[in-house]
Amino acid sequence: MKEYRTVAQIAGPLVFVEKTEPVGYSELVNIVTADGTVKRGQVLDTSDEIVVVQVFETTAGIGRDSGIRFTGETIKMPVGKDMLGRILSGGGKPIDGGPEIVPEKRLEITGAAINPYARSSPEDFIQTGISTIDGTNTLVRGQKLPIFSASGLPHNDVALQIARQAKVPGSTEEFAVVFAAMGITREEANQFMADFEKTGALERSVVFLNLADDPAVERTITPRLALTTAEYLAFDLGYHVLVILTDMTNYCEALRQIGAAREEVPGRRGYPGYMYTDLASIYERAGIIKGVKGSVTQIPILTMPGDDITHPIPDLTGYITEGQIVVNRDLHRKGIYPPINVLPSLSRLMNLGIGEGHTREDHKKVSDQLYAAYAEGNDLRGLVAIVGKDALSERDRMFLEFADLFEDRFVRQGLYEDRSIEETLDLGWELLATLPEEQLVRIDRELIQKYHPKYRKKAQG
Amino acid sequence: MEKTNEKRAQGVLKRISGPVVTAVGLDAHMYDVVKVGNEELMGEVIKIQGENIIIQVYEDTAGIRPGEPVGNTGLSLAVELGPGLLTSIYDGIQRPLEVLVDKMGNFIERGVSAPGLSHEKKWEFVPTVKKGDEVKAGDVIGTVQETNIVHKIMVPPRSKGGKVKEISGGSFTVDETVCVLEDGTEIVMLQRWPVRVPRPVKEKLNPDIPLITGQRILDGLFPIAKGGTAAIPGPFGSGKTVTQQQLAKWSDAEIVVYIGCGERGNEMTEVLTEFPELEDPKTGKPLMERTVLIANTSNMPVAAREASVYTGITIAEYFRDMGYDVSLMADSTSRWAEAMREISSRLEEMPGEEGYPAYLAARLSEFYERAGRVVSLNGEGGSVSVIGAVSPPGGDFSEPVTQNTLRIVKVFWALDAKLSQRRHFPAINWLNSYSLYLDALNEWYDKEVSPEWNPLRAWAMGVLQKEAELQEIVQLVGSDALPDEEQVTIEVARMIREIFLQQNAYDAVDTFCPMSKQYDMMKAIKRYADLARTAQAGGATPQQVIGVKSKNELPQIKFIRDYEPELEKIMKDMEAEFDALRTV
Repeated sequence: MKEYRTVAQIAGPLVFVEKTEPVGYSELVNIVTADGTVKRGQVLDTSDEIVVVQVFETTAGIGRDSGIRFTGETIKMPVGKDMLGRILSGGGKPIDGGPEIVPEKRLEITGAAINPYARSSPEDFIQTGISTIDGTNTLVRGQKLPIFSASGLPHNDVALQIARQAKVPGSTEEFAVVFAAMGITREEANQFMADFEKTGALERSVVFLNLADDPAVERTITPRLALTTAEYLAFDLGYHVLVILTDMTNYCEALRQIGAAREEVPGRRGYPGYMYTDLASIYERAGIIKGVKGSVTQIPILTMPGDDITHPIPDLTGYITEGQIVVNRDLHRKGIYPPINVLPSLSRLMNLGIGEGHTREDHKKVSDQLYAAYAEGNDLRGLVAIVGKDALSERDRMFLEFADLFEDRFVRQGLYEDRSIEETLDLGWELLATLPEEQLVRIDRELIQKYHPKYRKKAQG
Repeated sequence: MEKTNEKRAQGVLKRISGPVVTAVGLDAHMYDVVKVGNEELMGEVIKIQGENIIIQVYEDTAGIRPGEPVGNTGLSLAVELGPGLLTSIYDGIQRPLEVLVDKMGNFIERGVSAPGLSHEKKWEFVPTVKKGDEVKAGDVIGTVQETNIVHKIMVPPRSKGGKVKEISGGSFTVDETVCVLEDGTEIVMLQRWPVRVPRPVKEKLNPDIPLITGQRILDGLFPIAKGGTAAIPGPFGSGKTVTQQQLAKWSDAEIVVYIGCGERGNEMTEVLTEFPELEDPKTGKPLMERTVLIANTSNMPVAAREASVYTGITIAEYFRDMGYDVSLMADSTSRWAEAMREISSRLEEMPGEEGYPAYLAARLSEFYERAGRVVSLNGEGGSVSVIGAVSPPGGDFSEPVTQNTLRIVKVFWALDAKLSQRRHFPAINWLNSYSLYLDALNEWYDKEVSPEWNPLRAWAMGVLQKEAELQEIVQLVGSDALPDEEQVTIEVARMIREIFLQQNAYDAVDTFCPMSKQYDMMKAIKRYADLARTAQAGGATPQQVIGVKSKNELPQIKFIRDYEPELEKIMKDMEAEFDALRTV
């Protein structure tokens, strides 16, 4: 392989190489520094005159004397069944002291888009055991449902609880977890690893670790390596794969860093204009394919800078993913775990996975009614602060009390409390029963008569 | 093709930067379709700068090197129009996704071309003109029963026309000649039309018939006319896609073109699984039979996303020319604008607002202007209604795409995250939304619904407006401090919101609400308001009036298909309750 020593310029993570033979766009590049270290990079722009290479590691040590080798192929990921149970670096190298991965296949890490025609509609209800997810923001297989959090909130606990408890009731199919860490601290990583080990989940997991002190540019490939692995496990080996990506905010920061180094015209808040497309190329790699056994379900985690949901990172994410679970600081301060605020949370695929034949016929309407009642009660809190409780009508007072009850009973649950969907829905009914029956306008009478505790007791008694 | 041979039809690649590549040594015109690299990826010329021909490529360019060949086809990006369009699902450049699965499996690889229509399938052609008839451009010469929809075969719009020399019925592929004119012109069922050029019409008319959607807040308060334009802006999670899908399902257009532009793959799958099972309330046939889907999901190439809206509207115009009412949903035009931004920034063009190209406004208005109610070349009346979703970053309506869209469209359905959070669906804000077609449509409502409808709508809007003012006071002093009369106004407004405006897209009955039922529901609420006022005048307290039990039964009406007996009973009970109030 030809080695060039024609580096013209180095700026941030970018190396500009002159006078090369034709080099392919997106090609993998090896850079050999003076002391013999080999660093990896990728072609970002190629022309007769100059080739722009983005280096995945630090550019320390790279100089005009470094040798540049173009490999002639795009970045590929070796995958194999023995990846399960392994811990890899953010660049895909084993870091658990074990042997190299024996590749059964080498796959392009960019991953082609699933043809929408080949997709099968996600409809298998995943029971996470968390009421605010199962009851009101249901997760289904093949969905991408991010957790929107902020610094200092227990999003990792929530993600772990989901990974621990997630199951499809009545199904015994094999499932696996792919965990990709981008720029998280060693401490956080340890929390995940310890929990995986304790619950035995590690054996059926593949872990990619790019920690806070690893090169930022490497973060841009970590989720792609993880998803390539997930797709292999799902669509080649038939596993149901849950992918946890954390923290997507760090990923986006890395994107911005590269954009700035390339002197691109920035979009909102300095993030590149193509960030939507770039994020979509990650998030869209979830789903189920017709006639293929496995599935890829994604739970990306991101921390909203300044708790701001309109910040470009959560904003663009929300436009691509199928809903979001929002972790809220106020609830956390009140000491409620999991501090999931259902009001801004949403699962777009919920309606496909609930109702008769999936969960229970009353699910949709109970969920709507809980939402509406909680929203109303929550609004009234602002009013009470101004006029006092006494100025409220009797109806308003009931809704106000409902909001407190909802947070205390429905939202709050233990770190290891695994509620079945029936328990969640019955709990919902129990809370709704504190409101007068005629206020339950979202639910038709038939369902009220079947499930409302008042009538159920009668039926049993 | 011979002509281009004299020119340089083959050049070489000089630079590759993502979806934008530069070629040299090639003669080309703007928007010529070119084949890029050894794999012949499809691209389009978007800029010419001296020797440099700048091309956007519709497929992934990874691995392509400088020095690879570029061939110019000399043709513009065009779609194939003819029998076989309906029930199809295409990517942004009209490659049928079903065929792509056969050709390259479950993932979209590159370098595969596939024609928009099947060139093998035979269609039963029935002539509607005979030998010796004079035909001109746009005239219908025969029909094909495509699904339950009759596909009309027309003389291409740019043809000179003439006397029919030969025409006969039978089984033909889209490439076989079905008609010969005296000057020797052969007419086939297939037409090709460049997507960036609007198809010609004889005349554009002003819209005066509403597009009935079965959605109460739309038909009732903010109607769109057939041939009109509407925008649905809203932050994520406010229900843009559900609203778009509801419109695609239930609007009384004869043909629906649905463009998933840079959106989610699973959502397109949902449409694909659901539509064949749903029935058109008018014909009882599967909805899919009248639908053409274009799915260029967010992770499919960005240049093809840019092209997808043009592909969609050209197909819509083609059916309009047959005399059909077509509605086109574009979800989401923001993703289309972002594709423009991305390409523009790769071209290193001077950016306008928020990095969008300076021609953003021009492109948006050109697109929406292709909507309209028209007299087509053959004298038939048809229409294209365009409903575009907008996804403003952070839900901020002051951003360029929303603002430039609002300057063009006549109907604005403002989605509101606050409403969706409390599960008020459709989450369309009744105070911010508007329809500029109201005056033009009044006459239709008078004639087709009831002369009482227009005043009833005005009354409802008045109550909702009043409620908004009162709520400000309530926020400060609590509802008990309001005068008696206004306490009832608040209750009536709540009924309008909860009974009329809220609609459950997932309930088998409530998902589509005919205009007559909308009228009955609103009339019932108004009747309550009138009875309440009379009772209050007679000395009843707000608590008594609000406590009327029978009105709590009204929401149930939504979920009952044959609702009339139940409604009648409720209204009877209501009158009785108010009578009782009076005697006390």
